[in-house]
Amino acid sequence: MKTKSNKGLVIALILACLLIALVPLFALKGAEFGGSDDAGGEMVSEVTQQDYEPWFTPVLETLLGGELPGEVESLMFCLQTGIGVGIIAFVMGRLVERKKWQDKLKSENPTAKPSEI
Amino acid sequence: MTKKQKKLIVFITSLCGMFAIVPAANAMHIMEGFLPVSYCVIWGLICVPFLVIGFMHVDKQVKENRQTMMLLALTGAFVFVLSSLKIPSVTGSCSHMTGTGLGAILFGPCVTSILGLIVLIFQAILLAHGGVTTLGANCFSMAIAGPLVSFVLYQLLSKTGVNRKVNVFVAAFAGDLFTYCVTSVQLAMAHPSPTGGFGYALIKYLGVFAPTQIPLAVIEGLLTVVIVIGLETYAQDELKKVGFLKKGVQN
Repeated sequence: MKTKSNKGLVIALILACLLIALVPLFALKGAEFGGSDDAGGEMVSEVTQQDYEPWFTPVLETLLGGELPGEVESLMFCLQTGIGVGIIAFVMGRLVERKKWQDKLKSENPTAKPSEI
Repeated sequence: MTKKQKKLIVFITSLCGMFAIVPAANAMHIMEGFLPVSYCVIWGLICVPFLVIGFMHVDKQVKENRQTMMLLALTGAFVFVLSSLKIPSVTGSCSHMTGTGLGAILFGPCVTSILGLIVLIFQAILLAHGGVTTLGANCFSMAIAGPLVSFVLYQLLSKTGVNRKVNVFVAAFAGDLFTYCVTSVQLAMAHPSPTGGFGYALIKYLGVFAPTQIPLAVIEGLLTVVIVIGLETYAQDELKKVGFLKKGVQN
């Protein structure tokens, strides 16, 4: 495995992601950046030429008796991201350490098969 | 009957029960209450076989191949993260990725459908994003149709000997984009235009979702490549176990 070229590639890829995500933000000043899901909802009304009344409100909104406050919604999204990142970090951390440890054993005992380590 | 089998029966029954009691078709990006009841039920029923097969695969893996559970957890977490990130796009609105491409490439579409369903339920209940009634439809578009495209494309391309990283990118990109195409079709079927019918409505909906989603699909493709590079470096054993890397091939 050519670790070095991969390192460069990974950095380049992540930079590309950041660029793609951030450029619209600066290029389209004053744009609303609402959700495309909401845009879909508006489009339904436009295409069918009548106001569509959703026949079911989200469970949470029914419980709250209104819309989920924006700040709380971002909290929930963060929670989702946090759970995901936590698991990824944990697993990757384990894997990275394991590889180090395996490589070390391998260099001490080159004849052993990887499965025995 | 083993414990696992009992669990499976409970799972299927409760799933079917859920769709029977709450006539729910949950497509990830179709909002709560935006699909007529009949569509909700139909999409939900279409999902059930995939979910059942997926559940069996996961179950089998837990029993026989515990080592790859870590990989499965990572894949699920990847879906969690990517589908929670709302990213501004060139059209001036935000959307988010699906993250299901990785699961489809590593484990196949059925296992991915389970991972997708978990995220969809999380978002529908806690975030009022998507919805319980549109769960079936959203599940079909994000957790089944998209991964299926990723999976098939990856298999085809890997036979032609394309560079694996390019292949992973293309599969994840196409899967993400296809998810939104399916969402548009679902909306157009439920809400055709009174004058232009299904076709006109479809073009309209695609016009909302597709341009927004293309840059995001690119990002999803790139991130999937990043994580695959990471796994190739640090988890070769697991990748061989799930059949992603050929056995005995040193990278």
